[in-house]
Amino acid sequence: MNIAVLSGKGGTGKTLVSVNLAAAAENAVYLDCDVEEPNGYLFFAPEKIIQKNISIQLPVIDRNRCTVCRKCVEFCNYNALACIAGRIILFEEVCHSCGGCRIVCPENAITEEEKVIGHIESGVSKNVKVKTGILNIGETSGIPIIQEILKENEEDQRIRIIDCPPGSACSVMESIRDADYCILVAEPTLFGVHNLNLVYELVSKFSKPHGVVINKCLEGENPAEQFCIDKKIKILGKIPFHQEIGMMNSKGMILVREKESYRNYFINLLNEVTEIRN
Amino acid sequence: MKIAIPIDENKEDTTICMSFGRVPYFMFIDTESGLVEFIKNDAAESQGGAGIKAAQIIVDHQANILLTPRCGENAAEVIQAAGIKVYRTNGNSVKENIAALKEEKLTLLEEFHAGFHGHGNH
Ligand code: SF4
Ligand code: SF4
Repeated sequence: MNIAVLSGKGGTGKTLVSVNLAAAAENAVYLDCDVEEPNGYLFFAPEKIIQKNISIQLPVIDRNRCTVCRKCVEFCNYNALACIAGRIILFEEVCHSCGGCRIVCPENAITEEEKVIGHIESGVSKNVKVKTGILNIGETSGIPIIQEILKENEEDQRIRIIDCPPGSACSVMESIRDADYCILVAEPTLFGVHNLNLVYELVSKFSKPHGVVINKCLEGENPAEQFCIDKKIKILGKIPFHQEIGMMNSKGMILVREKESYRNYFINLLNEVTEIRN
Repeated sequence: MKIAIPIDENKEDTTICMSFGRVPYFMFIDTESGLVEFIKNDAAESQGGAGIKAAQIIVDHQANILLTPRCGENAAEVIQAAGIKVYRTNGNSVKENIAALKEEKLTLLEEFHAGFHGHGNH
């Protein structure tokens, strides 16, 4: 089963929930798709790390062969090529590596070159298999890395927890593509509601079963909770704003592995989600 | 001198469009001959990289100056590589902006917004 954990912005507790759910499961895989700022591994401190580079293919134009016929420019669906002052230039971050320009070039002026955009680290932390996607600084799209993390189907029937990038951009859509259930993590403030709405709309658009965990709850008003009630969104749980949680979290400790009460809390949360599905 | 302007409708009393890459039309004004051309922006419907393709249209029509309220980084790279100057418009009147340009009252556009990387529907 694939459980994706989302939030409209960073710092809501998305990683806290993902990490602890994975640690609470008997046997889980934790997949960190937040490739621009992965931090789940800081909690898991996985061992036996295996590293795998992820690269994309980019076209390279041989200016000696190019006759500037512009066939490649016209062909490119993504408008990644432009023709200026008698030269063809490539916008790497717009290129989708489809390889089409190389095929249409009548002069065989285009070849392809591999470019490493990041890597995936796989390791183990007790009962959890940890996979972390890391996008190199300066690269704009982590989607090829996310696809690779999610692609390799684990040999067994483990629960897979997908820690998504924050927000609702295309990298998030890619991360929830195969999710059986989406957990939305929100803060109980008005601003939190705004962020929650972003991911709520996304999962609704993709018709994914979903529920909300509200983090950092205090006594009194809770606009995020009210939002869920109004929209009839299932509230899976509320995590209190607690000094101990904050302290453990900032020290990179996994709540579930420290204290029985937290352990039970996340086991229940996990059971609830897996039961909803069955 | 040929001036390019993103516009909302293909007629002379139109207004300047807030968008560059996905603008419906461009107006090209040749200040020497007074000729005005309206060109449909084929980039408007493209999946991604609309700014780059729109900039290519400006370059291919050999404009010397682009008047626009905003412009993306990639489009700016194409336009500047072709030696075209980009000025920031003030208000949405075509006439007033051309007059302001002639009186050297417009400033160069120097901030370009980041693109959407063309991965929007991926
Ligand atoms: S590889 Fe595909 S997307 Fe990239 S420049 Fe060539 S045609 Fe465009
Ligand atoms: S298709 Fe080939 S020859 Fe034509 S402009 Fe592109 S690279 Fe040059």
